[in-house]
Amino acid sequence: MLGAGTVAECSAPRPTKVQASKESMFNPSLSDEHKALRELARQFARNEVAPVAAEADRNEEYPWDLVEKAHSIGLINITVPEQYGGGGLGYFEDCLVAEELAAGCAGIYSSFVASTLGLTPLILAATPEQMERLMKPFCAEPALASFCLTEPGAGSDVSGVRTRARRDGDVYVLNGTKRFITNGGVAKLYTVTTTLDPELRHRGLMLLVVPSDLPGVSVGKKEEKMGQRAADTREVIFEDVRVPVNNRLGDEGQGFQLVMATLDKIRAEVAAAAVGVARAAMEASVQYAQEREQFGQPISAFQAIQFKLADMAIKLEAARLLVWRAAWMADQGLRNTYESAIAKAFAADSAMQITTEAVQIFGGYGYIREYPVEKYMRDAKLLQIYEGTSEIQRLVISRWLLK
Amino acid sequence: MNIVICVKQVPDTETKIKVKDGQVDHAETKYVVNPYDEYAIEEGLRIRERLGEGKITLVSTGPERVKDALKSGLALGADEAIHLVDEAFEGSDPYATALILSKAVAKLDYDIILCGKQGVDEDHAQVGIILAELLDLPHVSVVTKLEISEDRQAVVAHREVEGGHEAVQAPLPSVITAQKGLNEPRYASIKGIMAVKKKVIPEWNATELGVEKNQAGAMAAKMTFLEVTLPPERTAGQVFAEDPVQDAIKVAHLLRDEAKIL
Repeated sequence: MLGAGTVAECSAPRPTKVQASKESMFNPSLSDEHKALRELARQFARNEVAPVAAEADRNEEYPWDLVEKAHSIGLINITVPEQYGGGGLGYFEDCLVAEELAAGCAGIYSSFVASTLGLTPLILAATPEQMERLMKPFCAEPALASFCLTEPGAGSDVSGVRTRARRDGDVYVLNGTKRFITNGGVAKLYTVTTTLDPELRHRGLMLLVVPSDLPGVSVGKKEEKMGQRAADTREVIFEDVRVPVNNRLGDEGQGFQLVMATLDKIRAEVAAAAVGVARAAMEASVQYAQEREQFGQPISAFQAIQFKLADMAIKLEAARLLVWRAAWMADQGLRNTYESAIAKAFAADSAMQITTEAVQIFGGYGYIREYPVEKYMRDAKLLQIYEGTSEIQRLVISRWLLK
Repeated sequence: MNIVICVKQVPDTETKIKVKDGQVDHAETKYVVNPYDEYAIEEGLRIRERLGEGKITLVSTGPERVKDALKSGLALGADEAIHLVDEAFEGSDPYATALILSKAVAKLDYDIILCGKQGVDEDHAQVGIILAELLDLPHVSVVTKLEISEDRQAVVAHREVEGGHEAVQAPLPSVITAQKGLNEPRYASIKGIMAVKKKVIPEWNATELGVEKNQAGAMAAKMTFLEVTLPPERTAGQVFAEDPVQDAIKVAHLLRDEAKIL
């Protein structure tokens, strides 16, 4: 992923809107607006997401009406500038919403994250003309975007991308297959990582915005997943798709930097989702431990259980603060590669540990699908894998320390 | 059309009620907008949408925390909010509360006044009615459907009654108290929440409202609470498992003689 030399800064980064805060110090407390925002997301998660989560997980059916509702309230497209129809807010606000919605259902929420991931390259590098032409109509209606990076031969190794773009006059002709694409079957816009020449490896990468209705775009069957099953995950296939040259983001050969900058920005949001899943598991465990009686008392009276709950809380609180710091830095326009990698690695790994312990606390009931915790555990696993595996995060962190 | 909505902030219905020294102890309570007032606010918003115009003003009386309830209403789309606050108002009973509200509403332009039918904390269901009387206005309470006439001079308000349904016509201005089922309250939008930051909520005190010392607060109460207690602990039920016919006879007797249901 990192190739030779350092990870270069994207050459035309547009800093996301800096929140109007008087101090430029990181302040881990919430304003009244933040609290109201979080409360709104919490209500939405409780009333709209959580009730359909188990069913969506069982049937792997994508709840499209939630996208419509979320769009009308403004819970998607939060970081898109207001003038193009977005919320015009920062990644910090996005992370507050992320934690709440993911606590409702990580699978349903991952569609929203994936959409933000698909839009972020535009927010970072699109020209005003591109924003008017592509972003504005997109935000005007309930719709999802998708980030097409992963291929059968390119997972952690981004430079292994083989989806080929050949210039032909004022279009690029696109051929290739993307794998494990979230929102693959429901997206209106794909932001696709292509290569002009595989020999150039990471220097040949280029990002193209591909509307899903262009001839030659098709999708494969829905993947049957271990967890986050409500999300639509498929192959996306491009066969001689003619994409206008002015759908290119940044310059030819700048794709790698833009992909890296995008992943930097989005990592905190994924980490926030991990905090949400972990919190839901912890809260369920706290309640269960007080209700379940064995040996004449609630199991919450036993130190072994108390210590498990305390360890959950320690990890959860730490993860949340790491997320907030990384998100705050993104909003300040500060390079946050190191901080967001730490947040993602820690939050995802913690979520897996916390959800596994939750199943343990529930005992036999934890293993039964009628109870919510086994779903949290299945959902949490993917957090350690997508948007950069926990191993890749460690690579990023150590490179930063050793540079 | 000028729509005035009276809002009360109440403890969250999920709060565990604690009683201390014969009174409810609110030290750890979380507060929300009274659910019946949410129907009133939603109805105000729908009236404005249906008519294509209208100004919605929220009014509430209570301590500083009440501003949060007013802010939620603003986030939903109300145009302005006024906080009626004064030490002298503390401990007001329903009559005094209605009096304070009436003084404030009298200073506003209004074509219709909406309230929730009752506060879910104390369940008096009096404020809306007394407010109407003090303003010398008609009122229709417990309303589940509201229609405004073409000429905007009258309403037809529908109410559920025992074994039936009542449609009441009233001229405007009137006071309408909202019942569950009037509408489905909407979510605030993120835009709405962020826009609240720019709004100023004016505070009106006793002097500005013309409320005399003997008209509000605990001293002016027309009712006295004698005692507040928690409900009796629910005891375990009785299990009858011997003989279906004999058990049925036993249970029938108990239902008649002890539970007094039959």
